[in-house]
Amino acid sequence: MQKELRRVSLVIGVMFLSLFASSTGIQVISADSLAADGRNVRSVYDSYETQRGDILIDGEPIAKSVKTDDEYRYLREYTSSRYSAITGYFSFFNGATGLEAASNDFLTGKNSSQFFEQINALFSGNPVTGGSIELTIDPKVQKAAWDALGDMKGAVVAIDPVTGNILAMVSKPGFDANQLSTHDPVEANENYKNLLERKSDPLINRAIGGDLYAPGSVFKLVVSAAALESGNFTPESKIDNPSKFKLPGTETYVYNSGEGTCGGRSTVSLADALRFSCNVPFAQVGIQLGQDQIRRQAELFGFGKSISVPLKVTPSVYPRGLDDAQTALTAFGQFDVRVTPMQMVMVSAAIANQGRLMKPNLIENVLSSNLASLYAPSPSEYSRPVSEKTAGLLNQMMVNAVANGVSGNAQISGVKVAGKTGTAQNGKDEPYTLWFTGFAPADKPRVAVAVVIEDGGGMGQNGRGNSLAAPVARKVMQAVLNK
Amino acid sequence: MVSAILTGNVPKVMRVVPRSRNIEALLLFFVFGINAYELAQIQLSTLEVLRPDFWFYWLPLTLAALVVHGILRRKASEADSLILPLGVFLNGLGLAEIYRLDIAKAASGATDLFAVKQVIWTVVAIAACAAVIWYVTSHLFLRRYVFVAMVAGIGLLLLPMVPFLGQNINGAQLWIGIGPFTFQPGELAKIALIIFFAGYLVNRKDSLAMVGRKVLGVHIPRARELGPILVIWVASLAVLVLQRDLGTSLLYFGLFLVMIYVATGRALYVVVGLGMFGTGALVASQVMDYVAGRFGAWLDPFSSERYDAIGGSYQLVQGLFGMAHGGLLGTGLGGGVPQLVPLAESDFIIAALGEELGLAGMFVILAAYLLLVYRGVRIGFTHSDDFSKLLAVGLSFVIALQTFIVIGGVTRVVPLTGLTTPLLAAGGSSLLANWMIIGLLLRLSDTASRNRGEA
Repeated sequence: MQKELRRVSLVIGVMFLSLFASSTGIQVISADSLAADGRNVRSVYDSYETQRGDILIDGEPIAKSVKTDDEYRYLREYTSSRYSAITGYFSFFNGATGLEAASNDFLTGKNSSQFFEQINALFSGNPVTGGSIELTIDPKVQKAAWDALGDMKGAVVAIDPVTGNILAMVSKPGFDANQLSTHDPVEANENYKNLLERKSDPLINRAIGGDLYAPGSVFKLVVSAAALESGNFTPESKIDNPSKFKLPGTETYVYNSGEGTCGGRSTVSLADALRFSCNVPFAQVGIQLGQDQIRRQAELFGFGKSISVPLKVTPSVYPRGLDDAQTALTAFGQFDVRVTPMQMVMVSAAIANQGRLMKPNLIENVLSSNLASLYAPSPSEYSRPVSEKTAGLLNQMMVNAVANGVSGNAQISGVKVAGKTGTAQNGKDEPYTLWFTGFAPADKPRVAVAVVIEDGGGMGQNGRGNSLAAPVARKVMQAVLNK
Repeated sequence: MVSAILTGNVPKVMRVVPRSRNIEALLLFFVFGINAYELAQIQLSTLEVLRPDFWFYWLPLTLAALVVHGILRRKASEADSLILPLGVFLNGLGLAEIYRLDIAKAASGATDLFAVKQVIWTVVAIAACAAVIWYVTSHLFLRRYVFVAMVAGIGLLLLPMVPFLGQNINGAQLWIGIGPFTFQPGELAKIALIIFFAGYLVNRKDSLAMVGRKVLGVHIPRARELGPILVIWVASLAVLVLQRDLGTSLLYFGLFLVMIYVATGRALYVVVGLGMFGTGALVASQVMDYVAGRFGAWLDPFSSERYDAIGGSYQLVQGLFGMAHGGLLGTGLGGGVPQLVPLAESDFIIAALGEELGLAGMFVILAAYLLLVYRGVRIGFTHSDDFSKLLAVGLSFVIALQTFIVIGGVTRVVPLTGLTTPLLAAGGSSLLANWMIIGLLLRLSDTASRNRGEA
């Protein structure tokens, strides 16, 4: 029987060999693909083990992870709803948004720059400690923007035009991210459902995304830039000045706001058309430039492109395939032009910074758990949408619009403010969308700002950009300058 | 003892100091240390403090093992020195993981806890092992009870099908219930059937091996000689159909094939037998939804249809996720989330251990089983009488095959079935049966070395 026993031993050996092989296959060879399977919740559980890094402003956390006794190990805490558009939320049950999602790799220590921490964790057996993110946000500016918007739905973005650093990003209504980070699944899901169902869409960051807005007259800045860059216009170029303008190929008329002429003469200059924000002259300029030239200018400012700050900004849209009538409407920001406040502040910032558009950025520094700097982005130029000369001319035109024009509510005594208001129509009986974008001081810009207010700021079709949006922008700019 | 005769060094065979027992003692203390380390690590990583119930999970197994060790010193001093430590190691590791799963489940409010029961069953099972060593002073004594073993084996197998007594758990009719207790008589039937097979085959092996015509150089057994294999085949298929468990069916049939092969030396039995079983399983996979489901889940576990189906591949895939999560070195005991896999404490304990101990731990566990099985097969090599050989190989092979079917099922070598991982998994009947097998192997190994010594 010895021969048979040897053969049985061999069979047993083969059986076990197959088990060695199969476990190696699972635990080494296909381990990564199994880990990546969407039905594998273990990567979520892994995230419990990690103490996420803080999100800091001037060294003070606006989001931090606090040790708990439950299975989730760490509770994410947020100091104020004022920052909800920036931080987003981190929930074990409903995912993450905002920086919590966009910078998740830094916050959980998984970025390649955190390699040494990962090695350290491997050998110590402890989970990786996440990195902390210091923001470019100025808390005073953020508070000013938050308070100035009050109960109005809308958004404010303020950036330093010289560096691209984002100084404030507010979207209203905000939300209390603590309601979503709670470890009570029933409560978290209920809160999430409530926030989702609310008509005011608090979970949407209006500054960079959402449904986008018709820009109305603030888009005249882009058209003016295209006109000056074309070489066929100067600020003094004379444009026909009727009280109404028949759109080519239609029976529809375009009127100026107030339904009169623009300045009472037979012609009006480009600069005055912008200063008084007249639609009739811009409709003509738009047709003269053509849709392609306007679109090219818009794209140089960033239209049609997705940028990450590192929050993902929804691309703004200048439509395609327009006839002359439609082109005329886009020239004062109507028809299908759709923008984010971030895009409009980029237009102002490029003009403020002598034609050089700096890439907007929210992150000042990423710190490892032992406070070493891992990543500190330096200011980088995004594009040059207009020449220095054109920028200077536009600057002057915007200064006039605030000082002597229809954007007067942005005036700050002792400071030269440049700006442009907008009051966009959304349909026959729909409330207006109110805008302001501009910068200050005009001769040495330190802040560019864009403000959008939805639903006419609660005043329906009586709300105006100058009456509601311009004062908000003024307070934001003051917060920067009065420091 | 040729050398003893030549040198005239007679006192050497007196075995005043049983060296193998000292090795065993040394290994046992090493294993006790490992068991303590596992429990301590689990408490520290999940509860962050050592609690007094550490002793409750460590001491009973330790003391019971020491008792067996003491009995071996008195009653079977020449027994194999590795088998007991390996059994204690696997039992202790399984208990630690079950305790660890309990902690996780208790934290989320579940009440189906197993560790306390497992401690009690461990003590009962090792006591049974001790009793086997104590009372079965010679395994040859078992040969007198071959007929009784047959009746007992078949009776135990049929028990779950008795109305009111039998219970269907997770789709398989393998349990009996008495009050709040459930028991898997099939586990004990294994031992009875091994004794029966060994006794039967020793008596009939010559006629099974020698007779029959020779066709193209291959002996064809006569129909009469194929009788026993047909009976076992029908019985296995009956288990498959009536108790709805492919694993149990395969276990008994594979066990019989190996034993008849060792007894007769005729590989044809294995070929024919595997063909018959394969055909039976194939037909069953076409006819029985449950078998078809198991095959489908085995071949294509990741399709969302299979994954979402009731009785589909969810458990299998979750087990794979767990093992993959463990990777090479594992998350450490208490560091993973093995509780995500259904039945992690019993059918899928190997996935739980694979997650927390990694591939490295899997290799250690598989090596422990392999070593245990080879020590058993080795007893077969050293024994001179055929009954002992068959008994040893049967007892070892049943551990090997069961381990293969279960771990192979979890790691997708074979379709998943409802067997338990010997010594590791939660479950009283399985522990009891496997510790009795260990008791028998220890007894066999003692007589083997004595026979060798005295020959």
